[in-house]
Formats: sequence, structure tokens, C-alpha cells
Amino acid sequence: MARHVVAAVGEIADGGRKLITIEGRNIGVFNVKGEYFALLNRCPHAGAELCRGTVIGFASSDEPGEYRLERGGEFLRCPWHGWEFEIRTGQSWVDPKKVRTRAYKTSVEAGSELVKGPYVAETFAVEVEENYIVIDI
Amino acid sequence: MSKEAIVNKTSAGPAPGKGLFGGEAIDCDVHITVPSMNVLIPYLDDYWREAAVTRGLDRHKMNITGQPANAPIFARPDWRPERGEPGTDLATLQSQALDAFGTRFAIANCMYGAQALHHEDMAAALCGAVNEWVAREWLDREPRLRASIVIPLQNPQLSVQEIEKRAADKRFVQVLMPAMGEMTLGRRYYWPIYEAAERHELPVGIHAGSSYRYAPTSAGWGSYAFEDYAAQASAFENQMLSLVAEGVFAKYPGIKFVFMESGFAWLPPFLWRANKTWRGVRAETPWVKRPPAEIIREHVRVTLQPVDAPLDREHLDRVIEQIGSDEMLLFSTDFPHWHFDGLNALPDTLPPTLTKKILLENPLATYSRLREPGQPKETRQ
Amino acid sequence: MNVNVAKPEQLTPAEQGLSVVDCDIHPAMKSVDELFPFLARRWQDHLKTYGSHVRQGLSDALAHPRMTPDVARVDAWPDDGSTPGSDPEFMRKHHLDANGVEFGILIPLGRNGGNQRNLDYGAALCSAINDWQIAKWCEFDKRLRGSITVTQEDPATAVAEIDKRAADKRFVQVLMPPRTIEPLGRRRYWPIYEAAVANKLPIGLHVGGVGGHASTGSGMPSYYIEEHTSNVQTMQALITSMVIEGVFEQFPDLQIVLIEGGFAWEPALSWRLDKHWERFKGEVPHLKREPSEYMREHFRFTTQPIDEPDNPRDMRHIIDWVGVDRLMFSTDYPHWDFDDPRYALNNAGLSVAEKQKIMSGNAKAFYGLQ
Repeated sequence: MARHVVAAVGEIADGGRKLITIEGRNIGVFNVKGEYFALLNRCPHAGAELCRGTVIGFASSDEPGEYRLERGGEFLRCPWHGWEFEIRTGQSWVDPKKVRTRAYKTSVEAGSELVKGPYVAETFAVEVEENYIVIDI
Repeated sequence: MSKEAIVNKTSAGPAPGKGLFGGEAIDCDVHITVPSMNVLIPYLDDYWREAAVTRGLDRHKMNITGQPANAPIFARPDWRPERGEPGTDLATLQSQALDAFGTRFAIANCMYGAQALHHEDMAAALCGAVNEWVAREWLDREPRLRASIVIPLQNPQLSVQEIEKRAADKRFVQVLMPAMGEMTLGRRYYWPIYEAAERHELPVGIHAGSSYRYAPTSAGWGSYAFEDYAAQASAFENQMLSLVAEGVFAKYPGIKFVFMESGFAWLPPFLWRANKTWRGVRAETPWVKRPPAEIIREHVRVTLQPVDAPLDREHLDRVIEQIGSDEMLLFSTDFPHWHFDGLNALPDTLPPTLTKKILLENPLATYSRLREPGQPKETRQ
Repeated sequence: MNVNVAKPEQLTPAEQGLSVVDCDIHPAMKSVDELFPFLARRWQDHLKTYGSHVRQGLSDALAHPRMTPDVARVDAWPDDGSTPGSDPEFMRKHHLDANGVEFGILIPLGRNGGNQRNLDYGAALCSAINDWQIAKWCEFDKRLRGSITVTQEDPATAVAEIDKRAADKRFVQVLMPPRTIEPLGRRRYWPIYEAAVANKLPIGLHVGGVGGHASTGSGMPSYYIEEHTSNVQTMQALITSMVIEGVFEQFPDLQIVLIEGGFAWEPALSWRLDKHWERFKGEVPHLKREPSEYMREHFRFTTQPIDEPDNPRDMRHIIDWVGVDRLMFSTDYPHWDFDDPRYALNNAGLSVAEKQKIMSGNAKAFYGLQ
């Protein structure tokens, strides 16, 4: 594993990103509320440049007509087919969790928890060392 | 395995003359036809009775467009009564459907033109009369018969009133709606109906047919009844997706829908596409929290006729496998409509475990009112 | 779940030894001024004063807004900020070169010439758009081919436009929307089919159109997921109409390409029509053959948006039922549900030869591309 300096602290604004290439791999480094995360710039669905997508919050709801935006700035929507990925983990989130029940009378539980969708974008460990943002590959 | 062997395996042992399935099947779509408004007049109140007579309403048959009673597909020759239109004669239904197939129950759907009227109260009065007529002159006379509640879909409040009125009669097992009307069926406008249906454990039956408020397809008004009939399956796709997207299953998690008389071979590509698109546009309808195909497999059922895939393993069996659930199909004959000859309602390439589900287990699981008291809610093998 | 995961470091089609013909590329305008060289002054004034007048609530926007600006891939915006698909240099670099496109067929959607209620205005727009395709795109890059837009609701004018353009072999088809005032099988459109056949041109029907009907037989849906999907049902309806009305009895040489509707739904439709034809024969005695035969001989499909069954084996079955020869690859560049030629056909169990047919061979033969 080699460590690569990708940017100076402060270079990537909160909510911003930097696209870089390290050892032939295209990577996007994101600043999410002061923390840094790195994703391979390829969507596991159909090969799009994932890191060129839109940074978003997660839209959730407990019933039709209700809309909540949660965890603003923590998700990335793929620039092609719109799949949503958690920047922190690379996990796709198309299936918020609901306690499944076969009984017909129970209603959907409020306060959904997120569970994993079927795809994961490749991530890289990022550290801040003094004034620099460093990736381990 | 032969049909006789299937019957012997799954029943207590049929008595002679018990029909093809010896009671081990439920027919989830047969048709009752109102021969003329005269039969409904005894069940109208004074105001509507006089209106019916003085305005000459009783001169009209109220046939739904696109379902001409004498067209071959709607009138199998050997299922016609000696007199009157197909579906108007109880004795014919008893011998040709119930006795011949040996079904334990048959669920009768009366697709009546009142659902196409613009006057909501008139529609409600006529729908009420239809339900009363069905109860008195069909259900009272044949213990194997069950029925769907005909509702004036034009007005959800009046529909709920009719549902509340009929719900106590356990022989009404479903709420009936045509596949195409004034709005996509998931819309909140219709939710009072779904609330009532869920509360009474009545599945909502969506049957091929239209009140033609719009052209039958987004392409416009075609020339032929053939086209309109083929279009019903497309309408089913639109409505199924509407129910999911509008959040009907999120709001009413106990509800079930049964789509009747437009086959099922179109289901797999529809389910795939629904999932594919949902993954990209999820944020617009955030209450849809699971892939649409999963929701549909859990809450939606489809009657068997017309079987719309070629009847061989390379096609039919593959399609059923692609559907991804063995719980969605419900046996039906669609009597007196003509989709097969003889008693060949059930394709014979299917494995026996699946056959048993289609014939009996899936219908019993869907219609709680068909389960005898004391039986568990879900029948398991 | 057996999922369609893009393999890392997927080879480009060129690296795989495959050539690519893209049967669905959407060129756009940076501004409507681009049309003015091809529009008479009278129509320039009309455009600026009255503009688009179509059978829907919003004159210049979609009443089901899409999920991304301009319906586009978020990464397809040219550097100068103009709308995706509007910059030829950018398209060449970003798509044609990057994806190894040997030929690309233009499907212009903006300006809705065929949907205008003012038929004369519509005719002027269609003619201008046809000129514009050649001048801005086909002249710029020899890989690109055009589609003749016409006012299908005014068949005589449409025929004149087809006759006028047919000699320019850079036009490879007539283009109409599937959503029209009447279903496309109806006789009012037959003069257009006659002209197409006479000029040896197929007809491309690309998703869209504003025919004045609701998107479903039961009214307008609320949400984009429904509206997007409803284009499949529109394709089902127009196949049904064209077959049942006897268009192919009348025009046995007519060829149709359905663009951007997918194709996985086609086998079920063919079976359904065959089955019900058994019973409805008496209503349509002019049909001499099974509906599925007409479908097989006269309809082809572009592949995008490629369906994604959980089990890839199911896609193989679908392609077998439809027929490899009837499929032609498309990307829908620059729209959001773009299919990338590196990945789109990887999970269908296709042989290299079959993949090559779908990616380019079928289109080259069908459209006579060289």
C-alpha cells in the first residue's frame, strides 16, 4: 500500500470534491461536513463516472405526501441513472429498511433505518495528516 | 401427472359427479350479466324506480363498450344459455362452470354499465340494485357462488357506503372496479375505498373493462374491439404501477388487489422495468421503500384467464418462473368468455405443487372470506 | 440477488473488437437562433411571438418534470454551460470518439414540429430542423445521419417533406412520435407510409409526442416513474394499432423502428395478440396472418433502456423470443438513462457474433450505413 497526498486541507470546501488519478485509478475525494471520503470514480451499476454525480441528502417519508430530507450532503446521486450512494461507505441505498411483517394489519414503522442496497462503490481510506489529505492505495 | 391423479391427491376423495377438480379449486372470475334493467327495478327505491320507467332507462342494457355480448370471445358457444345472453342464466353457470369444473366456490363479477354513467347518484342507485339482485337471485340460490361488490367508482364516498352496506354479507368477498376510469387508481381520491376494503379484509378486484373517460390507450382511439381488449393488459400495467407509486401499499399495508381477465405473461418485463426505473427516481416517491416488484409480488394477484403465453414449457413455464413468485396466479375460467375449449382451463405443463397453489391455496390465501371459520389465515402445504 | 455489476476495467467495444452504431442520439440547440437561417422571417416572428402551441398544459416544459436538468446525464454538460447535446465538438469528444461510435443516428426532439397544433408552423419547424440536422451535425461529422421530421397530423405536407428530403442519403428514416391524435395504424396516416415505402425509407418512432391523450387509458399519472414507464404501453398500443388496422397488408414493404421503448415486453404482446386474434378474427377479416408474423417482419427495436432482470438468463430468453436480428444498439446520449456500449449487453449471454450484430451489424444492414 502506498500513501498519496491528494490535496491540501482547505482545498476542498465542505460539500465539494476533487477528482484525481492515482496509479491509473480515477478517484473522487469528497468533503462531507469536514470529513473526507474517497470513492472510485466508477459506478458499480453500469460504469458511469460516479464522482461527477450530484451531492444530495436522502429523501425519506413515512407516508405518501410526506417528504423529509435527511442527512443532507451525505449522499451522491450517480450522474447517469440516478442511483443513490452513501459517500461515507460507498453503499447504495435504494432500500430503506422497514420491519417486514406478514401480518396484514400492522402499519409501516416510523423512523426508517437504512439498509444496504445491492451495490457498493469502491472506497479508499482517507486520512488527514497535518495539512494534507492522504489516501492509502 | 394426470388431472385425475391431482384431484385424488389433493382432496378427501371426490364423490362421483364432483366435476374436474372435485371441490379442490376456486374459480376467481365468472361473469353474471344483468339481462335488462327490469330485473333491477324491484331493488330500486320509489324515486329511482319511477325514473327508470318514465325516463326509459329500462330500455337500455347498459352494456359496457368493448364487450359486445355476442362477440365470440365473450360468448363461448356451448356456454350460452338456451335463451337470453351469456351470463344471464343461473342454471347454465351451475352446470357449465360450477359442476363441470367441480369448483368449491366461484367468484362472480358483474361488470355493469352503471360504472360508466356520469350521474353519481344514479350510478350508486343502480350499483346498489345490482348487488341486491346478485345477492337475492344468485347467491341465495347457489351456495357455491360468491360475488364482488359493484361500486359507483365515480364517487368514493358513495362507494364506501355501498361497501359498508354489503360487508356484513360474507358472500361478498371482493370490491369490483373496472381497469380504466376517470383517474389512475392509485390516486388519493380513491383512498376511502381502499381504507374500507382493507378494514373489511376485502381484496379490491380490478377487472378488464373501461368507462372510456379517455381513449383506451395513450395512442388514441383505435377502430376495433380487438384493440381495446388487447389494451386491457397495458392498462393493468399502468394501474399496478400507479398503486405502487402513489403509496397505496404504504398507506394500507393489509390491502390486496386482484387483476382479472388480462392474463399475466406481461408481468415479468413490467416488474423488471418498474424496479429499474424506481432505482433512479426513488426520491420523487420516497414512501416507496422497497423495489416495486417486491411490493407487487406481496400484495397483487392475477387471475389465470386468458392464459396469454404459448402453452409449452419453453414459454409458459419460463414466463411463470420469470414472474418470481408462485403465489400470484389465481385459477379462473372467466365463464362464459371463450379462452379455451372443453375443460382445459388449466395448462397441463405446470408442476403439481404449482397447480395446487393456483387452483386452491392462492385463492384461499387471497380471499379470507372463503376460508371456513377456524381455519388458519394462510393455508400452508 | 444476481446483480448486473459493471466489471472493473471493462474493455471498450473497440478493445473487444466490436464496432458500434448508435441508433438514438439527441442533438440539441444552444439557442433557438440556430433555426433561424432555416426559417422564413414570418416563422421566426411567429416563433418569437407565439411559440409552441401543443396539446398539453405547459407550452415549453414537461408537466412531469424529470429528475435531472434537461433530462440529461449530469456529466454531459459542455464546458460552455450550454445544454447537453448542443455542442458538436463536445459530443464528438465525449461520446462519438470516447465510445467508438462508427455511425450515429440523430433523433431531434426539441421544438416539437410534429406536435404543433398550428400545422403550418409545425411544417416550417420540421423543415428547419431537417436543414439544421444536415448543416450543424451531418456536415460536422461524417459519422452522423439524420431523421426526417414531419407533421404527421397533416399527411399531405408530411409527404411533401419526405419526397423533398429522400434524395439526401444522409437522412436514413422518417421520424414520427408514437403519441399522435389517432393511433398510427389509422388510415389518415397511410399516405405517409406510402411515401416512406416509395422512397425506401423506414419509419422511426421515438418515444414521445403530444397527441392530446392521457398517458394511460385511465388518465394522467402523478409521478415521473409512471410517466416514464407509460411509454412502453404507448409502444404496445401503436404496434397493436398498426398490425390490426392492416397497415402491413397494405404496405408489405414498410419497416418500423421503435426507439427508446425497450423490447422485453414485445414477446408477451405478440402472444397476446395471437391468442385474441383467434377469437376476434371476424372483426378484422382483412388480416390474413397471425399478428406476431406482422410484428416479426415489420418492427425492430433499439435496445435502450436495456432491461435488467435479476436473472441474466431471463434476458437471454427474451432476446431469443424477440430475435437477435431485430435489435439495434442505442445509447440515448445525452439522456440520463443512457446505456454505455461497454456494459449494456454484457449480461445477456450473447455470443460475440450476436453482440456484433446488435451493436452494429443489424443497423448497418437495415439503414444501409456505409
